Parts: sequence; C-alpha cells; structure tokens
Amino acid sequence: MKTKTFPHGIHPPEGKESTAEKKLEVLPPPEKVVIPLHQHFGNPAELLVKKGEEVFFGQKIGEATSLFSASVHASVSGKVLSVDGHNHPLGKPVLSVTLANDGKDRVFPEWEDTVDPLALEPDQIRKKVKDAGIVGLGGAAFPTAVKITPPKDKPIDTIIINGCECEPILTADYRLMMEYPDEILKGAELVRIATGADRILVGIEDNKKKAFDLLQQKAASYSAEVFLVKTKYPQGAEKNLIYALLGREVPRGGLPFDVGVVVQNVGTAKAVWDAAKTGKPLYERALTVSGDGVKEPKNLIVRIGTPFQAVTDCCGGLSEDVNMIIMGGPMMGLSQWALDVPVIKGTSGILAWASPRPIMEFACIRCSRCIEHCPMGLVPTQLMKYVKYEQLSNAENWGALDCVECGSCQYSCPAKIPLVHWIRLGKNQIMSQKRKKSA
Amino acid sequence: MSEKVFIIQSSPHFQDKDSVPKIMFTVIFALLPAVVASVYFFRLRAVGLYVSCLVACFATEAIFLWVRKKPFQSLWDGSVVITGLLLAMTLPPTLSLELAVIGSIVAVAIGKQVFGGLGHNIFNPALVGRAFLQTAFPVAMTTWLPPATLAVDTATYATPLGNLKFQEAVVQGTLTPIKQLFWGNSGGCIGETSAIALLLGALLLLTKKTIDWRIPAGILLALTAFTGIFWLAGPDKYASPAFHILAGGLLIGAFYMATDMVTSPIHPKGIWIYALGIGIMVGLVRLFGGFSEGVMYSILFMNTFVPLLNRTFRPRILGERRKIT
Repeated sequence: MKTKTFPHGIHPPEGKESTAEKKLEVLPPPEKVVIPLHQHFGNPAELLVKKGEEVFFGQKIGEATSLFSASVHASVSGKVLSVDGHNHPLGKPVLSVTLANDGKDRVFPEWEDTVDPLALEPDQIRKKVKDAGIVGLGGAAFPTAVKITPPKDKPIDTIIINGCECEPILTADYRLMMEYPDEILKGAELVRIATGADRILVGIEDNKKKAFDLLQQKAASYSAEVFLVKTKYPQGAEKNLIYALLGREVPRGGLPFDVGVVVQNVGTAKAVWDAAKTGKPLYERALTVSGDGVKEPKNLIVRIGTPFQAVTDCCGGLSEDVNMIIMGGPMMGLSQWALDVPVIKGTSGILAWASPRPIMEFACIRCSRCIEHCPMGLVPTQLMKYVKYEQLSNAENWGALDCVECGSCQYSCPAKIPLVHWIRLGKNQIMSQKRKKSA
Repeated sequence: MSEKVFIIQSSPHFQDKDSVPKIMFTVIFALLPAVVASVYFFRLRAVGLYVSCLVACFATEAIFLWVRKKPFQSLWDGSVVITGLLLAMTLPPTLSLELAVIGSIVAVAIGKQVFGGLGHNIFNPALVGRAFLQTAFPVAMTTWLPPATLAVDTATYATPLGNLKFQEAVVQGTLTPIKQLFWGNSGGCIGETSAIALLLGALLLLTKKTIDWRIPAGILLALTAFTGIFWLAGPDKYASPAFHILAGGLLIGAFYMATDMVTSPIHPKGIWIYALGIGIMVGLVRLFGGFSEGVMYSILFMNTFVPLLNRTFRPRILGERRKIT
C-alpha cells in the first residue's frame, strides 16, 4: 500500500527511541494539585468552589458558561487550599484552584456507568463530552463538544482519528494506540455517531508500524479504516492530514467542517469513550517526559494539575545542565520559565535539555527553503519582512493568518531567522486591528 | 524548589544544522575544480588575479563593515570569498592586477555594501565589478591570451565566441572544436573556459540542493531553443546550441552566478521567468548584439526584475481556490 502524504514539510530528527517502547505508567497523585480554570482554547471556565471547601475526586470546579469553553474538574479529592492566580504553562498567571490531596480519591457521586455507550443518542454523547470537559488532547485543546457539534448546513461524512504524532520525541499517543486500541476505536465510533458521519479513517505515521498493525487488526470490528501516512512533519496538522488522507483542502480561514470532516486525536477519542462509559471527566492525560536532560525518560498518565516538578521528580529528576523546559513537542511546544506550572489538558509532553548557545542570526539570503517547506504554501520570509516593516495589510494578503505556526520554515532557515516569531507577532497585530475596527 | 533560571524562547526548538556559512562554503568548494583548471591553463596570471581579487574584496568588505559599525560576522560567512573568486574567474588573463583590484572594490562597495551588505543587494556583486571594468576599460577587458597549454604564438588571440562573431568562424570553418571547449583548452576569461570543471562543481551543488535546478535548466533550455532554431535554419551560418552552451561564460553564469540566492527569485514561477529570460537574452546578444558575449549583461538585466517577480507571484496557499496576485 502506498503511504499517503501532503506536499512540502520537513524531516526533523525523530528522537522517539528512548521512550517508544516504555509502557504508560500511572504517576501517583501528588500532595497538591493546581487546576487552572483556563486550560483550553476559548474562554475560562467560571469558578464553582470556595477556599476551604471539601471537593470530591472528579467534581466540577469550573463551569463552561460560554460555547467556546470547557469545564474543569478536581483531579483529586480534598480541601481547596486557595483560589488565586498561579503560574500557567502559557506564560501568564491564571486563576487556579489549589487542592490538598487527602489521598482517598473520594469519588464524585454523580459518576455513573453506561451499559452500552454505543447505543447513546448524538445529543447524549455531546452532553457527556461537554460535562466531562474534554478538549483536543493533541495540544491545541479545542473544546471537543464544539468540534462534534457541526453546524446544520455542513454535513459531516468522515471522522479522521489522528495517530500521526508527528512532533519529534513525543510517544504518548503511540503508547495509547498500543495499549488502548479498543477504547480509541470505540471513542471514534462515538464521535462518528455524534456527528452523523459515515466512516472513520485513522492516520498513523509509518514510523509507528506496530501501532498501525494493531489498529488495523482491530479496526475491522469497528468499521474504521486505518492508513499509513508518511513520516513527515507536520503530518498530524489537521489541514495537512485531511489533505493527505482525502485530498480535500480546507478553505482558507475555514474549518474541517467546511469539507465535511472532523479530526480527533487518539487521546481525545479515548477520553470520549471513557467519559461515555464511566461518566468520568477529563482528570488525567497521557504525556511523554523526555529529552536529553531527563534522567529516566518515561510515558506517564498524569493527573491534571500535577506540578511539572512532581512529574520530573518521578522521572529521576533533571540533569544539572538543563536550561530549557518545554511543554509539548520540540516543534510547537512552549518553553517554561519555572517548574511550578501545572500539567494542563493540553500538555502532551514535558521536555528538558541543555540548550546550546543560540546561533547568531544572519540576513535573509532568499534561499527560499522556507517556501519549499511551508506545508501551507506560504512565503514565510516575505511575511517576516512585511511584519518587520509594519505592512500588516500586505502580510494579511500574503496569508499571515493561514500560518499554523508549525515551525517548518524556521527549522529549515539557514540564516536562523525567528520566522515563526515574526509571523505570530503579525497575526496578533492583524487580529487586534480587526478587533479595534469591529469595536 | 530550585530557583533555577530557564531559557524562554519562541518555538520551534529544533533547528536544521545547515547555515549561511555552510551554504557559502559549499559553493566555494564547488568552484575549486574550475579554479584549479584556470591555474592549469593560465598559470601565474590566474594566481595573480585570484590573490588580488580575494584580498581586495576582503579588505573592502572589512572597511565598509567598520565604517558602517556592523558586526564583522559577514566577513567570515564566505560570501565575500565567493564574490572575489567569481570576479577573478570572469576576468581575462591579460588584465593588470590594479584593474582587478579596482573591479573588486567596485564589486563589494557598489555591488553589495551600499545596498546594506549580504542579503540586500539587487545585483550579483561579482558581475557589478566586472560590468564596471568592461565599461571603464573595454580594451583591457577584451585582450585575450591563448592558454599556456595551447602551442600558438600570436600577439592577439580571440575567444571562441569572438571568433564566431567577428571572424565569421562558421563560414571560415575555424570554429573552436567542442572537445577543446569541453576540457577548457581555449581562450577566454580564466575561470570560464573549462566546461568539465564547472560541471563537476555544479553536480555537487545540484546534489546538495544548494542551487535551484530550475535556474540552470531554464537558462540552458532557452538558449538551446533560441540558438537551435537559427542553427537548424542555417547550419552554415550559425553555431550549434552545444557550442553556445560550452563557449564563453554560459556555464559559470548559469550554475554559479544566476543561481546566487540573494539575486534570484524565490518562487518557482518567478524562477522560470528569470531563467528563461536570461537564456533568451544571452542568445539575442550573441547572435544579434554588438558584443560577442552576453551572459553578464543578461544576468544583471534579469536581476533587476527579481524584486518585481518576488512580489508578483506567490505560491498557492493551501485551501485557496484562485490565486490572488
């Protein structure tokens, strides 16, 4: 079978060997968890608890009050120690609930099993997903309930389950596929029912042949088709994966809805199944702890709100020379300035290494490698120049807002220009101009 | 908890190992066979030209960086070495070293630094230097010597293209044989004569993807088509496309000068227009112009269109139905 793929893209070093064959371990819940009310794309959840209150394991502590939001839940049982601004992986302090773990995991009484989740109605599935506060676990943390509620005028025919894990180093999704194939496929089936789609396609990069074989073997009983896609970054980017598997192009500024597709990460599919089956909210997630600076790289299942420090301690700690901590993958992850930030729903990995001294930036020599590698067909060097010289309308015409910030351009830039940074700045400026105009 | 300080930086956190100096030194490495060939054919005269051009270019760059209070970084990125080498390679063996130095100063000062240094120039710096010499010292720039390996004893000697243009070589039957052009045993600028040496380096650049294959391909294609039509119509009057490709500065221009990243377009569509334009211009000048050779002016001419081409064309954005230009 020919492996499917998309045009352009890059081949960064994979670095998955150190954790690929390490089974997911459950990290014991820490003594204290910090649960930010804002862990997702959209608006923060509204606070439901007070300082000093006792909460159950799995109790809702933040309510999604608007459409683009997701509820948050207590990941341990215990007392609310404080409700205040706390360091957050995204950089700014965010209103967070700090819980003291009483170690009893007293389960929230509202959790209830469903005997046959596959018999649920679409509306029931959506309600369960919303109640469980599920968001996209690939990293962008887009509220899943919104994603499985397509607008009436946009019929969905295909569900794509994203098992690419194209970010180097990360292996948590691979482990999920190896250890929970049935849950993933059943979760995909629930998504299919909720959206009224006809078929499920699973895309897995060909460096994860074992996961492909396993899922293909299971897929027959779930009416899903499994495809190998080429190992190339960013194969798992939503729009590129849709193109690779279906040859459909999501229109500029559009969503996968526009071409009749819903894409879900494998971890999200599993979370959907768990929520439907046991009523359990999203209180934990799988992540990879790796990088040269981590003494014992591992794949872990971690309670949301666990401080990074507790996670790295469990992996043998960090080496002395570590000077960089990244949440997520090396291509799109966010560097952290402290280890007291909590694991949030979008934390797909924690990486640590000793970063070499930054290399001096050269002037752009117009080698056009950024153009050659941009998976969106943009001209990063031109966008960079437009932003630098404040020609925002030109930047917009040349597709600044189409940039997915995958970093392929900057990766391949021989002049070491921070292209993504410039484009991101431009996107922010364009958006704030638009907001001003509409206000 | 440790009060350790971590580096904050914008993603991506991985970076390819290739860099501007690496690219430049690959080009220098690829030029070496042709440099060796030129020293073999023109002996000490070639050595003298190389040394004076390299030293003068390097010194000019250093002075300009110092005056402009810029970091001396670009002195070591290799770009100035390429300018010096390419300029020397496109000079006739008879040229006095003072003129070579003047050409070098113009190349770096006017060709590169006045625009803001590496990455900002519009024209290929080496060609700017050469064009200056050609206009200011036309006689010195067109006085040729036979290569040291050729046992001819004449005061004046014409290049194969000069022969073709001004001596009616095709009619007379004195056209330089292809084989001689291929190995480089003919008159001309010191670095342009040996086709095999230039192609050897070009192979390296193409396999390492340092240069865009479309540029030499487009130039060769256009020149072959243009000269081929005339050759087929009148083989007793016009030289064959093979002769036109191997003679003069076409190969060094197509593989090493037109491909200069800074002064060539950035997307495929623009690149094709640029390359085909150079090929046709070379054909026009050689067949109908006042000069026997047109590679230099063709490249400089098409260089002027690069900013326009870069702004007019852009690739199709994923999900874009129709192009907005």
